[in-house]
Amino acid sequence: MNANLQPGGAVAAEPRAGAPRRGAAPGGRDPWREKREAAAARQPSVLTGDVLYLQQVTVSFDGFKALDDLTLHVDPGELLCVIGPNGAGKTTMMDVVTGKTRPDAGRVFFGNMTNLLTMSEPEIAQAGIGRKFQKPTVFDFLTVFENLELALAGEKSFWRTFFARLTPRDRERIDEVLETTGLAAKRDTPAGTLAHGQKQWLEIGMLLMQEPKVLLVDEPVAGMTPQETERTGELLLSLAGRHSVVVVEHDMEFVRSIARRVAVLHEGRVLAEGGMDAVQSDPRVIEVYLGA
Amino acid sequence: MKAPALRLPAVIADRASVAFLASLAVVALVAPLLNLAVPESSPLHLSSYAVGLIGKYLSYALLALAVDFIWGYCGILSLGHAAFFALGGYAMGMYLMRQIGTRGVYGHPVLPDFMVFLNWEELPWFWYGFDQFWFALVMVALAPGALAFVFGWLAFRSRVTGVYLSIITQALTYALMLAFFRNDMGFGGNNGFTDFKDLLGFDLQSDATRSALLAATAVALGGAYWTCRAVLASRAGRVLRAIRDAESRTRFLGYRVQDYKLWVFVLSAVLAGVAGALYVPQVGIINPSEFEPINSIEVVIWVAVGGRGTLWGAAAGAVLVNYAKTWFTGALPDVWLYALGAMFVGVTLFLPRGLAGLLPVRSRDA
Repeated sequence: MNANLQPGGAVAAEPRAGAPRRGAAPGGRDPWREKREAAAARQPSVLTGDVLYLQQVTVSFDGFKALDDLTLHVDPGELLCVIGPNGAGKTTMMDVVTGKTRPDAGRVFFGNMTNLLTMSEPEIAQAGIGRKFQKPTVFDFLTVFENLELALAGEKSFWRTFFARLTPRDRERIDEVLETTGLAAKRDTPAGTLAHGQKQWLEIGMLLMQEPKVLLVDEPVAGMTPQETERTGELLLSLAGRHSVVVVEHDMEFVRSIARRVAVLHEGRVLAEGGMDAVQSDPRVIEVYLGA
Repeated sequence: MKAPALRLPAVIADRASVAFLASLAVVALVAPLLNLAVPESSPLHLSSYAVGLIGKYLSYALLALAVDFIWGYCGILSLGHAAFFALGGYAMGMYLMRQIGTRGVYGHPVLPDFMVFLNWEELPWFWYGFDQFWFALVMVALAPGALAFVFGWLAFRSRVTGVYLSIITQALTYALMLAFFRNDMGFGGNNGFTDFKDLLGFDLQSDATRSALLAATAVALGGAYWTCRAVLASRAGRVLRAIRDAESRTRFLGYRVQDYKLWVFVLSAVLAGVAGALYVPQVGIINPSEFEPINSIEVVIWVAVGGRGTLWGAAAGAVLVNYAKTWFTGALPDVWLYALGAMFVGVTLFLPRGLAGLLPVRSRDA
């Protein structure tokens, strides 16, 4: 029984005092190492089982198998990077988890008891799985604050929102996320006028408003400047621990800097998984992807 | 510190809303005054014909407002709103028909003329209650509202959007037109209802009644404007705009998009029905041609010309385009449809925000 995965309960993740565990990185050759380890240190210390589990999932479109017997798990509080060449099934995998695509076979569980295959997209979102799309889609005509307001967790029926008023606690929560994402100064700016990177952060902020247990993030740094990429890496690492984060990304440099565990997808199944170094030296991986 | 003398509710306190509601109030007060109190010999006198015309324009403006509310703010392009307008009109027409009583050509105490003509013996069940004004009022809202609810429930649940939704709304209004053309439907067939005598005992031909109807239409338009603004200013209103701009994103945030669309679609249909109910006594006739698909398309042109996404712009567009229609069909009847088409093309190409986009008052809500 996994107490951490009760609906409504947060994944237990008080940041530990004094992280990182193994002291500072020697020689400072990898400036990211410290942050990675700090994020890992926030993971629950007891093995609590998977927060997300895909078992032998198959999806085919007109005979083409986008996912072929895919099995993948996500631990509580971890930051998992999913990489793979185009058409490997990365986006389809996210579509299955969020309820957009129904698989032909297989099982998808959220926690130990929630069967995602029987739930609609809004139900899955409500249950605690947030998704960030490849293309930043924020609501251009609304301000940054209003974007976050719409993303507030809670009752979302028409009549409730018609009579909804912001409570002080809601405001506090929004301000908190504005701080986390570094958008406090842009609070009353229409989202349409934000820079590309800021839109991505706003979208991540909108996911955070829903207090999700799992964040699915699709290509967060595509089209970003190096500074924006770095800031995004820090943001994602700061979220791991409190949330499980699954990042789908092409940028290997970026994946190397943030990932502890990497899963390589190829032709709809997991080709290899493990640490970045182990995966990169795997001959099969080199053949299909990294070596190309 | 001095307290402000007059505090408007926040949702209508912006400059555009104040200007719009104030001009509505002026029209509702001044037009009847110029018609009733100024002698006919005076150049300031407003003819009864003009009063009827303005009243008709205002009911069209209410219809345009209803269409803009869902198209401009929720991205639902309905090409069938004339159907809801006509249903509201028919509900009012049924009341007006029953008020005729023995004054009809055949003088039957209960049955309207067309039923006597068809040799019907008794009133069909769905005509019961329409001798009561309150019942007619309920049906004015209920008939279009219920149709919109059933239609919207099916369409939005199946995620019919964009051009497909527009096409099936056209089919809806076309099917209703064919149905209402049939004599056995019990709604007067292709002649519809006409020869109305009075409403709540007031003679529909009298100037005072016409002025009162104009004022009532202006009040209804103002009330509808306020209602729509209240919805749009709430968090639900921001969800509507979110749906318009990124529907699937909104769904992933956990909103049941189909419910939101359904409620605003029903509200919009009810407003269209009210517009129809105010239209019928002012023009004195309702027949199945009101269901013609082209009518619904024209409404969309009014909204586009006035400015999609500004409620007052849509209302102004309806008045302007219909004024142009009145002028053209009088002076150059053959040119009207070309002019309408040119107006639509011109606005689409050069004024994507409609005529409202030309004005400096830019509401951030657009």
